[in-house]
Amino acid sequence: MSPRASALATTHRSHSVLGSGATEKALITFLRGIPGVDTVGAEARAAGFATRSLKTTSKAAGLDMIMSMVDLTTLEGADTRGKVHTLAKKAIVPDSTDPGAPSVAAVCVYGDMVAEVRESLGSWHISQRPDGVAIAAVATAFPSGRASMPVKILDTQFAVSEGADEIDMVIDRGAFLSGSWGMVYDQIVSIKEACQRADGSYAHLKVILETGELATLDNVRRASWLAILAGADFIKTSTGKVSPAATLPVTVTMLEVIRDWHGMTGEKIGMKPAGGIRASKDALRYLVAVAETVGEQWLTPDLFRFGASSLLNDVVMQRQKMRTGHYSGPDYVSVD
Amino acid sequence: MTFLDYAPAPESTSILNLKPSYGLFIGGEFVDGGGSSFASISPSTEKTITTVAEATEADVDRAVKAARVAYDTTWSKMSGSERGKYLFRIARIVQERTRELAVAESMDNGKPIRETRDVDIPLVAAWFFYYAGWADKLEYAGLGPNPQSLGVAAQIVPWNFPLLMLAWKIAPALAAGNTVVLKPAETTPLTALLFAEICQQAQLPAGVVNIITGAGATGAAMVAHPDINKLAFTGSTPVGRQIASTLAGTNTKVTLELGGKGANIIFDDAAIDQAIEGIISGIFFNQGHVCCAGSRLLVQENIHDDVVNRLQNRLATLRLGDPLDKNTDIGAVNSKAQLQRITELVNVGEGEGATRWSSPCAIPEKGFWFAPTVFTDVHTSHRIAREEIFGPVLSVLTFRTPEEAIAKANNSPYGLSAGIWTEKASRMLAVADKLRAGVIWANTFNKFDPASPFGGYQESGYGREGGRHGLAAYLNSSDWKAGSRS
Amino acid sequence: MTRLSVAKTYKLYIGGKFPRSESGHTYEVTTPQGAFLANASLASRKDARDAVVAARSAFPGYAGLTSYNRGQILYRIAEVLEGRRDQFVQEILESEGVGAGPAGKQVDEAIDVWVWYAGFADKYAQIVGNGNPVSGPYFNLSTPDPTGVVVAVSPQGLTGTSLLGISAVLAPIITSGNTAVVLSHFSQPRSAISFAEVLATSDVPSGVVNILTGDPAVIMPWMASHADVNALDLAGGSDGDWVAWQQAAAETLKRVVPPTTGIPGRSLDAITAFVETKTVWHTKALG
Repeated sequence: MSPRASALATTHRSHSVLGSGATEKALITFLRGIPGVDTVGAEARAAGFATRSLKTTSKAAGLDMIMSMVDLTTLEGADTRGKVHTLAKKAIVPDSTDPGAPSVAAVCVYGDMVAEVRESLGSWHISQRPDGVAIAAVATAFPSGRASMPVKILDTQFAVSEGADEIDMVIDRGAFLSGSWGMVYDQIVSIKEACQRADGSYAHLKVILETGELATLDNVRRASWLAILAGADFIKTSTGKVSPAATLPVTVTMLEVIRDWHGMTGEKIGMKPAGGIRASKDALRYLVAVAETVGEQWLTPDLFRFGASSLLNDVVMQRQKMRTGHYSGPDYVSVD
Repeated sequence: MTFLDYAPAPESTSILNLKPSYGLFIGGEFVDGGGSSFASISPSTEKTITTVAEATEADVDRAVKAARVAYDTTWSKMSGSERGKYLFRIARIVQERTRELAVAESMDNGKPIRETRDVDIPLVAAWFFYYAGWADKLEYAGLGPNPQSLGVAAQIVPWNFPLLMLAWKIAPALAAGNTVVLKPAETTPLTALLFAEICQQAQLPAGVVNIITGAGATGAAMVAHPDINKLAFTGSTPVGRQIASTLAGTNTKVTLELGGKGANIIFDDAAIDQAIEGIISGIFFNQGHVCCAGSRLLVQENIHDDVVNRLQNRLATLRLGDPLDKNTDIGAVNSKAQLQRITELVNVGEGEGATRWSSPCAIPEKGFWFAPTVFTDVHTSHRIAREEIFGPVLSVLTFRTPEEAIAKANNSPYGLSAGIWTEKASRMLAVADKLRAGVIWANTFNKFDPASPFGGYQESGYGREGGRHGLAAYLNSSDWKAGSRS
Repeated sequence: MTRLSVAKTYKLYIGGKFPRSESGHTYEVTTPQGAFLANASLASRKDARDAVVAARSAFPGYAGLTSYNRGQILYRIAEVLEGRRDQFVQEILESEGVGAGPAGKQVDEAIDVWVWYAGFADKYAQIVGNGNPVSGPYFNLSTPDPTGVVVAVSPQGLTGTSLLGISAVLAPIITSGNTAVVLSHFSQPRSAISFAEVLATSDVPSGVVNILTGDPAVIMPWMASHADVNALDLAGGSDGDWVAWQQAAAETLKRVVPPTTGIPGRSLDAITAFVETKTVWHTKALG
């Protein structure tokens, strides 16, 4: 399909990079001009982060950081009020044996569960206290994204009106892989618009690239730039429903784009790897990757999140070990 | 404390079982030398690790005699399959003792434990595994149906990759049926002595491997010994010249692996983040003590500023410090003497008008250290563009066209290595065709494998180590006759 | 009172596991004098079909390993086999009716076969592959590529073959990255299944080697015509209707190595019989 000649929806970012009246063709030319990624080298760099040894104080600080960055997630067809309330309480107090443990960053659910989460969080919602828990909702026909635009916009608006603080949307991977980059871009812009509330504020938008389906790191790089130009507040690796989900090389590739964007404009975009990160050991490697790629300023829940479910319990157990001096076990953490 | 101030993560030295002093390993046993002894110190703490013997001329003679007897009575009569099995045993024992060897190497050389653990020692094991398999397949080596071993090989290895250079020398020599007398560098004898213990554990027949410690005088005595059939040397070009000169006119086969001033060429279409990693690996890996280091960065002029900028940002995350800390990226310079040489040449560079930038990392009080340094505004006539510094110092030059890059890269009496960074394969292959360098890395750097031949053109030496080609140094082809031209 | 020994059950080796034949059939294994030794599984065509599925599924992963890695695996097989030397000597004594001397020699030779091929895994490509000096601005490189799934018939001779036969045939096949379905010695299958136990404990990925104890006359027609088998090694097939098998293989143009007398020796050809040569061109230009 040949690129459309009509203008893309302009954002302030695309305007600064592509100029006004930018077309799909200009976007494609820009994205194609970005330097490629050598996958062997990228994987070697990621493996290098995995050789960092975080001990004692570094490890303790890292574990607390990870806990405070978790988007505690349940995205199952079988989700019920009961399940969601249990999760929300866990989000507030991850370790009942340690009141000093930080709350997680957010609870992540389908749009129709947002109200339940809000009810369960009560005064622990982020609107009530700065160290509280936010509500993130997936939208846009998550996880496949295969639905009409009106449906995806409605999906988003509903979640926002129910009280979601953050929206995790999926890009149209079919459109991306077949080269309709302008369409992918326009969809993100529309969903960003749908995040606007009655009072004029916006829910925070995370754009899921579904890197496992994009397959190459060149695609991951280009999709990252595209999502940022279209207005993403965060770029996110995966839905967690497709394998491979988050990997260190993919995450580093995305962080490099965030670094370059910051160098170019001064603006800070957030990043969220999701799916497949189950062990604290792995999560610590991601922190190292962030600190050594884009800088320590990104080590805050405002700019970095882990999309995870079982990771939290592993972090709790690791913290217990550091506190007690012996290895913990699954009976000492709550099942959600 | 910020997150990036990683807490100390020291590798334990409890695995080591070092003696306070070591003798010479001759004829399968540790024996006293006839000369004095000297200390081997840790370049990061300046503390003594152990003392070793300085082999005299008489000691060298003893070692060569032991090697000769072992060759005549045992090793040359043994089947290739049996020789191979000894090498397989050695490989396995190196694998079993990997951590111990990595710690010892890091302490004695000053390089980070992460490098010895993840690169040096695994390659040592791999080198022995690889050549073990050749021992009974020499008829396939491309040297005729019945190639012949040479006899006794005298081998001198440097301080930058002590045990790995030992493996590069001993593995092919033994596989081909030769016996050896090897001298490690005077500042890094430790792992060679541990290797002698490994030979004992493998029950290698006495005299097949002899390890004699010492400095320049010991090396000279080895080179001058009348009963060696082969001399293999890795080290500086000036010493290489002396050796070549000394052995001119003799029947002794010589291979030399000497210095270099490798050019790392970055084209404007390179995968830029990986190219930056390649530059870093090229010159700061092993503190720049690498003969094949990418010590000249030839960057396409239109991306010069972006590359230098990214390089400096990336250098800021490199950690310099205790080699035994698992998070250390840059270890100690191997010796005071080497540190002086580096400092001198860096001062020359500043004097020549190049612009110096050094990483603002903290330097420990004791030990020998040099912060990673980048020189920009370097021109082809500068000494720092032509002379080997052998330290963590990068000289940045520019080029406009592929032809100019090639001309500048080749404009050196050295010819050991080069790097090419471009996403365009046709260009990479054409440039590789024209570069006069024995090892060319494309979109990567400093990759070594026992199956891959390594060695230089012109003043970087002659002969290849690694691969099928690496056997040629230790065999005479079936057609060879004594006194013939080859 | 002498202690009653616990007799071993001999099953098939498929997909890294030891299943009985899906047919439930077994056959008697005896000494040359006819004394009972064991009931071995009698492999059916369906077992063979399952073995091919296992071999095919293991192929991409195994062929994708570095050749250094494969060499390490083969060397590990030799190490484990050496550790169990006495067990194999005992089985050969009973099965072949030979003395301890010849039995020991056979086991030693089998171990050495594995060591020999282990040492070739990361080298043979340097001998049979090379750059080609074509006329034109092209990079041109030829490299060996493993053919895929190979079905082999072990040597069937009465003595000297129980362990050495299967080793001599199997080692060169898997050195290059192929996966295999091997028919053991039919009347003396015990060494092959004990050898499968060695494979199962030597870091050999499941499905890379599958061993069937059974009658080649029953199994081979199905393997010869099987469209998902890439090559046949008929080393031990001389007593069977091997020409018919080769004809059946012609339908899918399998690579076929005809029967040998005795046990194949160690050679580079034994490896290259089961590899394809791939030649890659690429343009070279400075501009």
